[in-house]
Amino acid sequence: MEVLGDNNFQDEALLRPIGHFGKGFLLTVTILVGVVLWGIYAYSFQVRHGLGVTGLDRPVYWGFYITNFVFFIGISHAGTLISAILRLCQAEWRRSITRAAEVITVVVLFIGAANILLDLGRPDRALFVIFHGNLTSPLLWDVVSISTYLTGSTIYLYLPLIPDIAILRDRKARPQFLYRILSLGFTGTEKEKKRLHIAISIMAVIVIPIAISVHTVVSWVFAMTIQPMWHSTIFGPYFVVGAIFSGIAALILAMAIIRRAYHLQEYLKEIHFNNLGTLLLVMALLWFYFTFAEYLTTFYGGEPDEMAVFFAKVRGPYAPYFWAMVVTNFVIPFSILCNRKTRTVAGTVIASSSVIVGMWLERFTIVVPTLVNPRIPFPRGTYFPSWIEVSLMAASFAMFILLYMGFSKLFPIVSVWEMKEGREVSVAETAERVRTYLPGESEA
Amino acid sequence: MARWGMVIDLDKCTGCQACVVACKVENNVPVVNAEEAAKGREMLWIRVMPTVEGEYPRIKMRFMPVLCQHCDHPPSTKVCPVGATYKNPEGIVAQIYPRCIGCRYCMNACPYTIKYFNWFRPQREEIQQNYLNPEVSLRPKGVVEKCTFCHHRLIKAREQAAVEKRSLREGDFTPACVESCPARAMYFGDLDDPTSTVSKLSKSSRAFRLLEELGTEPKVIYLTEGEWHGSVGR
Repeated sequence: MEVLGDNNFQDEALLRPIGHFGKGFLLTVTILVGVVLWGIYAYSFQVRHGLGVTGLDRPVYWGFYITNFVFFIGISHAGTLISAILRLCQAEWRRSITRAAEVITVVVLFIGAANILLDLGRPDRALFVIFHGNLTSPLLWDVVSISTYLTGSTIYLYLPLIPDIAILRDRKARPQFLYRILSLGFTGTEKEKKRLHIAISIMAVIVIPIAISVHTVVSWVFAMTIQPMWHSTIFGPYFVVGAIFSGIAALILAMAIIRRAYHLQEYLKEIHFNNLGTLLLVMALLWFYFTFAEYLTTFYGGEPDEMAVFFAKVRGPYAPYFWAMVVTNFVIPFSILCNRKTRTVAGTVIASSSVIVGMWLERFTIVVPTLVNPRIPFPRGTYFPSWIEVSLMAASFAMFILLYMGFSKLFPIVSVWEMKEGREVSVAETAERVRTYLPGESEA
Repeated sequence: MARWGMVIDLDKCTGCQACVVACKVENNVPVVNAEEAAKGREMLWIRVMPTVEGEYPRIKMRFMPVLCQHCDHPPSTKVCPVGATYKNPEGIVAQIYPRCIGCRYCMNACPYTIKYFNWFRPQREEIQQNYLNPEVSLRPKGVVEKCTFCHHRLIKAREQAAVEKRSLREGDFTPACVESCPARAMYFGDLDDPTSTVSKLSKSSRAFRLLEELGTEPKVIYLTEGEWHGSVGR
């Protein structure tokens, strides 16, 4: 029995990118592979000579790698969390975007975790974290929560992918063996579909607390120390908000590129960008609220060690980064997104690009200025990244895009069966649901 | 069991840095070249922190030797993901070099910024190779290192005491910095022994601890300047 099972299949456009490699695609891949290879060279250089080849010094022991780690883990909140919330809320407009979102999570988690490895002085001993784990270390909590999240979000990506893999198997797409194994013999019977729905719902509920825990724990790496402007109780929620914020921005950018490259204007419509743009606006406001609360509390308290860090950010050497962050994270996205007229595809893309830059700057201005201004002011440091760190950052981005592109050539980046289900089942179901909200109707 | 601690009398400290040199030699602490030192990558398990007070021409210099404070509640040990740094039963905060993964979390969590990282493989000239202290292990690149209160000397002192069939006496175990101080500004001993010099001095009205308010309970105790106001040109 075939999964699609009927003749009037309308979503041919979603399957078209699979196995078809255009000129633009190959060119992009070539460039990205070049960047990644350069990154591998830079890393081998670092391994050979030691971390001294970075711009790190005393007392700035953490720099670009940790900033990127926090940033990429933040981006991972795009997918699974947003997709799970939209699924649970039965937001029908989610159907064409959940897959694109979930892939971001799974791919970017690898990149984030890799940045921790880049930062280690002894990467050869990385597994000691498992063999000799120390439970009181927030870094160990990180390892636990990130690996749980990676497992959970991989399952959550995979489950809704099964029917689509089965479709590809039925259509004899290549590599056939891959689709045959991964489709788990799914044939699309009612029983199978019901079980799949239950499994997806369970996973959607489970991944939400895991996702929240991940970025909370990332913030605790800083907040659990007693260093000025790290030791803050709001860091947990502040980081989660920032993560969802940057995550939505990454999702909008990914969608815009997919829409353009794969000609999916019919599936990723203005309305999707408008809705996500509204979400992004909400997160921009939340982010501003948290930032304001955090900095005002520090300033009002006026504790000297905290003030050294505070002033380094607002009017010292880190002021350009700090104010650029305020502009890119709040001023630009807010002014674009608060207006229905500018909340278009182009508008949301500009806002999202700005937020991506801004959230990276936010992570940077959290990590570095505190280290530059330790409590015992000898020494006060400076930090400027070396070519190694810059190369590895570029390679991290390139690797992320490569893996994402690779996925979109193997599997449909917009869920085929969920579109079909939306068309055939949900339109009627939603109308029915709305009817039950109204007076005079029995509860469903 | 002893609780090892140090008292540094700032009234007596001349800022001569003999402790710095003694420590460096005793513990095989790598020497870095000028270029690296300018980046702030020099390694000094104990360093003399200068502060300048007043404005020219009425200037007053103060000196304060700072080493690992061997906190009773060290913020650095609990954050280590692999347990490479810990407080031993005698209160010495120790670092296991073969265990350290080089994540530098402990360095960031330490409010005294007193741990050091091996950014490169230590470069030693041939002459230095010949004068390495065989009792102190050499650190590879990529690990964190720090003051151990010359723990190797404790092991040796304890063995000696065992041979002589007696318990450790005051003065059996002294770190290199304390031993080398020409002004005798540094004292070392068991803080839990009420008769020891350090325990008596730690109760002095001049005694204070660095960043006491953080609750780290350092076992390095300073005696503030007060009895003798020495200043150049007054």
